Amino acid sequence: MRRTILAGAVALGLATPAAAQQQPIEIQFWHGLTQPLGGMLEQIAADFNASQNQYRVVASFRGSYPETMVAAIAAFRAGQAPHIVQMFEVGTGTMMAAGRAVKPVHELLAETGVEIPFDDYLPAVRGYYSLRDGRMMSMPFNSSTAVVFYNKDAFRRAGLDPEAFPQTWQALEQAARRLKAAGVECPMTMAWPTWTQVEQFSAIHNIPLATQANGFGGLNAELRINNPLMVRHLQNLVDWQREGLFRYGGRDGQGDALFPNGTCAIIFASSGLRARIQREAQFAWGVAMLPYYEGVEGAPINSIIGGASFWAMNRGPNAARSAEENRGIAQFFAWLARPEVVRKWHVETGFLPVRQSVFRALEAEGFYRQNPGADIPISQLLRGGGQMSENSMGIRLGGFVEIRTIIQEEMERAFQGQQTARQALDNAVQRGNVVLRNFERQNRQ
Amino acid sequence: MRKKVIFPGVALPAALLLPQLLITGIFFFWPAGQAVWSSFLREDAFGLSREFVWFENFAAVLTDPNYLTVVRNTAVFSLSVSVLAMGVALFLAVQADKAIRGATAFKTLLIWPYAVAPAVAAVLWLFLFHPQIGIFGRMLNGAGIAWDYKINGGQAMTLVIVAAAWKQVSYNFIFFLAGLQSIPRNVLEAAAIDGARPVRRFWTIVFPLISPTTFFLLVVNLVYAFFDTFGVIHALTQGGPGLATTTLIYKVYVDGVQNLNFGASAAQSVILMLLVIVMTGLQFRFIERRVHY
Repeated sequence: MRRTILAGAVALGLATPAAAQQQPIEIQFWHGLTQPLGGMLEQIAADFNASQNQYRVVASFRGSYPETMVAAIAAFRAGQAPHIVQMFEVGTGTMMAAGRAVKPVHELLAETGVEIPFDDYLPAVRGYYSLRDGRMMSMPFNSSTAVVFYNKDAFRRAGLDPEAFPQTWQALEQAARRLKAAGVECPMTMAWPTWTQVEQFSAIHNIPLATQANGFGGLNAELRINNPLMVRHLQNLVDWQREGLFRYGGRDGQGDALFPNGTCAIIFASSGLRARIQREAQFAWGVAMLPYYEGVEGAPINSIIGGASFWAMNRGPNAARSAEENRGIAQFFAWLARPEVVRKWHVETGFLPVRQSVFRALEAEGFYRQNPGADIPISQLLRGGGQMSENSMGIRLGGFVEIRTIIQEEMERAFQGQQTARQALDNAVQRGNVVLRNFERQNRQ
Repeated sequence: MRKKVIFPGVALPAALLLPQLLITGIFFFWPAGQAVWSSFLREDAFGLSREFVWFENFAAVLTDPNYLTVVRNTAVFSLSVSVLAMGVALFLAVQADKAIRGATAFKTLLIWPYAVAPAVAAVLWLFLFHPQIGIFGRMLNGAGIAWDYKINGGQAMTLVIVAAAWKQVSYNFIFFLAGLQSIPRNVLEAAAIDGARPVRRFWTIVFPLISPTTFFLLVVNLVYAFFDTFGVIHALTQGGPGLATTTLIYKVYVDGVQNLNFGASAAQSVILMLLVIVMTGLQFRFIERRVHY
């Protein structure tokens, strides 16, 4: 008797549209954003889940970006990889070379028939996450760039024009001296030392960070950061630190804290810091573009992006995804590309509006007049006519997480006076190239 | 002469040994074997391609000039932590051993820090000595001392040593106290009657009598400083500035977990494993000889 009812139920289930009756397919999504950004991201996933009943995206926080990356890779080796992982931009080179561990977005879209208007994405964003022929490898989402935040009150006290931030390093050095003389304990600091002072610096001055177009051309790239301009800049930072014009704030994002609490008057940081400054700063502040050295031919041009993108992953070394799972991933990516999602994320967080149409619409509505400085990151990405050179497209080096740490270590030793800027950069190049050669050898197909 | 129990047959002794052997096999020999195996391999992060490279990983590690720096750091760090933790613990134990009021309360309080997880201990020290948010960090800077362990290698090393030693003081304290309490009172009284002052009594009677404890603690503390201080370093300095506070175990973590360079990391673990074997060997050689059970 029981058996008949069961059989009947199965028959019924098959007769009606299968999807409506089935449990939604779960899409595991690992991210590396702390609060409040993580909560905003999880809300986007929740909105997607509410919009349909075929798929359910399960978003979970897995620690910082590097921790999330390590967790996803370990899970893949164990055959338990998440469907989607958020990967910071320095992990891009590693993921691109990951072969069958990842499912490139262009393949995913072609197989599932889902369309995403990548033509509308900012060129700097599109370029960072695509192959040289333009095929997208990952799904761009939270993109930022490095900018300057400065304390307008401190500028006023030092007799500087709070509405005109110095455009060149030469002018900035003078401004920092005035700030110091006016009693500012720490005129300048930085977050993400390698990103803001080496990677972005090389891009806006149109000098190569590495050969092979910063690694876009192949795995045989070699670091080139021991060039005269880079040496000059690092030596300046070291000298300024000795003079008390500049303070090293620590690795990665540790320097962030020095600006909102008023300790330092100027910080070079991610545009994504905006939300925190808005919440915490008790003074008038402004946003400006990164300074450049006057007299460097062709400078300044566009800066590069940072932040993270979303990668679709296969389950394990010998386990592919079903077509239905892939369709779910593609649908979620398409949801992330919706103008209202892109818009909300940009307006609330200070990350870039990745779609140009969203930027134009907000501009037409007067959003940037009401929120001065919110458009600086975009203007900076389009600086120099918006024509990216091969030095300002982005960075695609394998093992770049390690290389960043190496550069930071060598910088720290220079700041301690244990070596000159020249020695620091020579050492960084030599140690970094070892990493690149190992990566090349491990990933030779 | 040792007593020997002879079991009839093979099944019973085998069954009695089995649980212990299983645990050792699964939790020690298997992972250790895997580490040895990986140390001969070079593979990409995702495990999609691998290559057998013999001793290349070891050669790369041992010829890296930075590895020498790290070995030196480890020596400085381990010795300082052991000496500091044992010195302070011995001093406290001697004080607590005296007949003072509330001795039990003091003893209990002194044992507390041992229950604190290394990472939590590090965060406590961070709140004390962070140059911007730490109470003492701000005081030092206010007093004109440029205190910033994020950019001063010496200060960073001092801070991790103090934080790591603080946690170990409790453990040493318990052992020293037990050692002191086992010293026969009449020996000390006899010395006192002969006119030996407390300091002299300590160095001529107490210290030699607790030397087995001291030696045991030295080995335990060295092993602690070598292997269990990862959390303290990770939470406080992350091995920086430069490589100033990177120790051998921290480098294993950085290369293996952060940089996904499994071969190099495994080779370093194997080197460390050999080191432990040597240290354990020393421990047995000397302690067996000197300790009277």
